[in-house]
Amino acid sequence: MIADILISVLLVIGGVFGLVGSYGLVKLPDLMTRLHAPTKASTLGVGGVLLASMGYALVNGGVSWHELLITLFLFLTAPITANFIAKAWMARHVTAADLPPTGGERTWATLDLSDLPMQPELTPPPPPGRPT
Amino acid sequence: MIEMAMTFAFACFGLGLLICLWRVMFAPTIPDRILALDTMVVNMIALIVLYGMHHKSGLYFEASMLFAMTGFVSSVAYAKFILRGDIIE
Repeated sequence: MIADILISVLLVIGGVFGLVGSYGLVKLPDLMTRLHAPTKASTLGVGGVLLASMGYALVNGGVSWHELLITLFLFLTAPITANFIAKAWMARHVTAADLPPTGGERTWATLDLSDLPMQPELTPPPPPGRPT
Repeated sequence: MIEMAMTFAFACFGLGLLICLWRVMFAPTIPDRILALDTMVVNMIALIVLYGMHHKSGLYFEASMLFAMTGFVSSVAYAKFILRGDIIE
């Protein structure tokens, strides 16, 4: 009975968080704020559902670790995707004048389209032969 | 009680999927479209897991794991293409 209540609560919380995450996608004003909704709320919602699924498997006799794997994968990949989307947005809608100076010769990596090698350059390879 | 909560979660994630679809169709900028597609993948994972719970089957976890992996790779590839005009430089 207690397990049933716990699983139901996790399912409802997960559903509400997932809906809030998707609703934030249309509600919030611009992309940098819109990024927050799916990366945080939706990931948490899916985490709730996966925990509920784990509990459900436990109640029906049998431990299942697959859900934990999916949760871990989602929690690892959500920030990476968000970072890439933010960089793609910056490359199209932000100029170097809008950003603080980098303090070096080169501009921000997202806006840098030159083919110049990185400074400092890598150390030259050692001469061929046996290392001494 | 679990069945009712499951129905509620199905409705929530289905509605979220529709909202994301609307955002994919009417996106103000291209990165918005990538973000909406990524959120669709996350919602789909939740729906697949819920479907597996509904049928008391462990078969659907592999499906959702594969879905998560392909979703992540496609989102990153799309963003990288928008960013640099090339996926693997």
